[in-house]
Amino acid sequence: MDYRPEVIKALTELWSGSYKTFLKDSPDIYNRYRAGAFDDFLRMGIPDRKNEAYKYTNLEKSFGYRYEKYYSPVPADFKEAEKFHCEVEDLDVWNMVLLNGFFPHGEEGLVMLPGGIWVGSMKAAAKQFPALVEKHYNKYASNENDGLVPLNTALASDGLFLYAPRKTSYTKPIQIVNLLHSDKDIFAQDRNLVIVEEGAQLSLLVCDHALSPQHYLTNTVTEVFVGQNARFEIIRVQNQHNNSGKITHTFIHQERDSYASSNNITLHGGLVRNATWHSLEGENSETHSYGLFFADKQQHVANFVKVDHAAPNCNSTQLFKGVLDDNSSGAFNGRIMVHQNAQKTNAYQSNNNIILSDTARMDTKPQLEIYADDVKCSHGATVGQLDEDALFYLRSRGIDEHEAKLMLMFGFAHDVIKNISIEALRDRIDNLVLQRLRGELSRCASCAIQCN
Amino acid sequence: MNSEFLIQIKELKASIDNKEILKGVSLEVKPGEIHAIMGPNGSGKSTLANVLTGREIAKVTHGTVVFEGKDLLGMSPEERAREGIFLSFQYPIEIPGVSMVNFMKTAINEQRKHRGLEPLSASDFLRLMREKKELVEIDSALTNRSVNEGFSGGEKKKNEIFQMAMLEPRLALLDETDSGLDIDALRIVANGVNKIRRPDTSVIVITHYQRLLDYIVPDFVHVMYDGRIVRSAGPELALELEERGYDWIRKEADVSEETWTTDRK
Ligand SMILES: Nc1ncnc2c1ncn2[C@@H]1O[C@H](COP(=O)(O)OP(=O)(O)O)[C@@H](O)[C@H]1O
Ligand SMILES: [Mg+2]
Repeated sequence: MDYRPEVIKALTELWSGSYKTFLKDSPDIYNRYRAGAFDDFLRMGIPDRKNEAYKYTNLEKSFGYRYEKYYSPVPADFKEAEKFHCEVEDLDVWNMVLLNGFFPHGEEGLVMLPGGIWVGSMKAAAKQFPALVEKHYNKYASNENDGLVPLNTALASDGLFLYAPRKTSYTKPIQIVNLLHSDKDIFAQDRNLVIVEEGAQLSLLVCDHALSPQHYLTNTVTEVFVGQNARFEIIRVQNQHNNSGKITHTFIHQERDSYASSNNITLHGGLVRNATWHSLEGENSETHSYGLFFADKQQHVANFVKVDHAAPNCNSTQLFKGVLDDNSSGAFNGRIMVHQNAQKTNAYQSNNNIILSDTARMDTKPQLEIYADDVKCSHGATVGQLDEDALFYLRSRGIDEHEAKLMLMFGFAHDVIKNISIEALRDRIDNLVLQRLRGELSRCASCAIQCN
Repeated sequence: MNSEFLIQIKELKASIDNKEILKGVSLEVKPGEIHAIMGPNGSGKSTLANVLTGREIAKVTHGTVVFEGKDLLGMSPEERAREGIFLSFQYPIEIPGVSMVNFMKTAINEQRKHRGLEPLSASDFLRLMREKKELVEIDSALTNRSVNEGFSGGEKKKNEIFQMAMLEPRLALLDETDSGLDIDALRIVANGVNKIRRPDTSVIVITHYQRLLDYIVPDFVHVMYDGRIVRSAGPELALELEERGYDWIRKEADVSEETWTTDRK
C-alpha cells in the first residue's frame, strides 16, 4: 500500500496551521516563497523509485513513520538545550551547537567572528542583512526536481546563516554541531544559507548527531553562494542511529575563478541521502564532491551528485566510496552535465565500494550528458570485496586478519579523507573512521564538543 | 623437540584448482643455512613460498612441514609470521592509504605481543625504523608513504628487505628479490640481507641468477622442475646452471619421469 497519501495529508494539516504556530514570526523574505513551494511539493509529492534520482532509495522507512510532532521550539526546549553544557575541547575550530535545527539562544544569535565572518540564525539574518538574504535566498535550490526541496522551502522555519563578506577569511574551520534531542519522535527541517563573497575563504564542518533514541527525520536544504575567486569547503560528518533518517540537499553555486569542495562522511544512520548539486556558473572554477559511507545492519546510504558545467575551463571531480556490511544497501548516482558553451571542461568521477557480506547491496549509476565538444570526461565504478592479495600481504607480516581488514578498510576510506584541506580536521576524521571501523564510535565521543 | 632442523618439509604436494603444482617436495634447512632454489618459470617455486607462508591459493593435499618442532601447516599466515617466517614477495603489493609507519608499527607490536613483550614506545619504534632504514639504505621518504604505493620495482624490493630487517625472521624466503634490480640495487639488497642475518637465521633464496648468489653464498643449491626438486648439490650447481641453462635438467627430469612411469606399468 502506498504510505504517502496519509503523510501528505498530515503535512497539509501542518501547513494550514503553520502561520499560527511555528511560522508565526517568520520573516517575509522566507514566507513569500512558502505557498508556491507547498503547491510544488503537492504536485511532485514524496519522491518514489519512479523518480530516476531515487531509483535505488526507498524513503518509506523514514517518511512512512508517524512522527509525533513537527519540530518547532518552545521556550522550554531552549531551557532543555541549556542543559547541554558544552565544552570546547579542541581549539582548532570555532563551534556552535544547534538543537534540532535551532540555536539554543533563540533569535538573537548572529555573531561576528574575528576576521569579519558572520554566523547565526536565518531568522536573525533576515533582520540584519535583508538585502543580502533576499539576493541569495532560494536562488540556488532547485524546486523542480525533488518534492522534498519545496517541502523544506514551505515549512522550514530556521537554520544556519553563514556569511563571509568580500575578502574575509577565518583561519579555523567553523563547526556546527547539529544535535537531535527530544523525548518525542520528530520530523525536523532546517534551511541554511552560506554566502562566501568575492575573494573570501571559509571552511565549514557540520556534524550531525542524535542524542536520544527517538525516531527522527531531518530534511535539510543548504544553499551556498561562492563568489568570484572565493574558496569554500564543507565537510559533513553524520553519526546518528538506526532510527534516524537524514536527507540533505546542498546546492553550491560558483562564480568565476572560485573553488568549492564538499565532503559527506556518513558514519552511521538508518536512512541517509545526501544530494549535492554543484553549479559551475563562472569560468575557471574548480569543484570537488567527495563522499564516504559505512553502512551495516539494515541501513541505507545514498549519494546523489550533480555537477553542472555551465561555463568553460572548469574542473570537477567526484570521488565517492562506501563500505557495506550485513543487509545494508547503498546507492550512488553521479551526474555530469556539460553545457554547450562549457568548452575545455575536465570532469572526473569515480565510485568505489567494498561489500563485506553476501546480502549487502550497492547500486551505482553514472550519468553523463555532454553538449560541448572539447571536453575531457572520465568515470568509473567498482563494487568488490577487500583485496585478498593485500590482505595476505599484511597477514604475512604477522598482522591479525581482523586488524588487517580494518587497515585495508581504513586505507580505502583514507583516500577520500585525505582530500580534506585542513590537517587537524583530516586527522580527526581519520580517527573517527578508525573508531567506526573498530565499533567504538559512541554518540558524542568523537565530537570537538563534549556534552554532559 | 630439539630437532637439528629449523624447517623440515616432507613430501609436500599442493594443488591449484585441482591441478597439482607441487608434486612431492622435501627440503630440510638447519639454523643458519642458506639454500638456493633455482629452476625454470612455472616450476612451482613461488607456490612453495606461498604454501609455506599460508596463502590459500594452493591447497596442500599431502605432506608435512615442521618448523621449530611445530606443525606449520596448521597455523594461520599471521601465526607463521610471528613464529619467524618471512617472505620477500616476488611481486610486492601496493596498499594505498595504509602508511608504512602504521603497517610496521602494527606488525612489530603483534610480534612482540606474541612473545609476551610490551608494545614499543613511539620513540623506540622510530629509532628502530631509522636504524633499519640505514641498514638497507632505503630512502627515508619511502617509509613516509603508503605501503609500496608508487614505488619503483627496485624500491619495492628494497622495502621488502627493510621489512625483513624490522621483523628479524628466523627463516627468510626471498622470492626473486633480485629480479628487476640493477647491479647497485642488487648489491644493496644482498648486503642488507647479510647485515640482517644472525648466525642462526636461515634463508631460502629463490632466484634465476648466479649473480645474487655471489653475495648471498648458499650452502646448498636445489633445482626445482615441474613441482619437484630434481637435483640438489653445493654452490657449484648454480654456476653450472648459469653456464648450461635448464635444458639439460629438463631433459634429465623428463627422462627419469618417463622411466618412472614405464617402470610402474
Ligand atoms: N594463482 C594461480 N592460479 C592458477 N595457477 C597458478 C597460480 N599461481 C601459480 N599457478 C601455476 O602454478 C605453476 C607454478 O607457478 P609458480 O609457483 O609461480 O612458479 P615459479 O615461481 O617457479 O615461476 C604454474 O603453472 C602457474 O601457472
Ligand atoms: Mg615465481
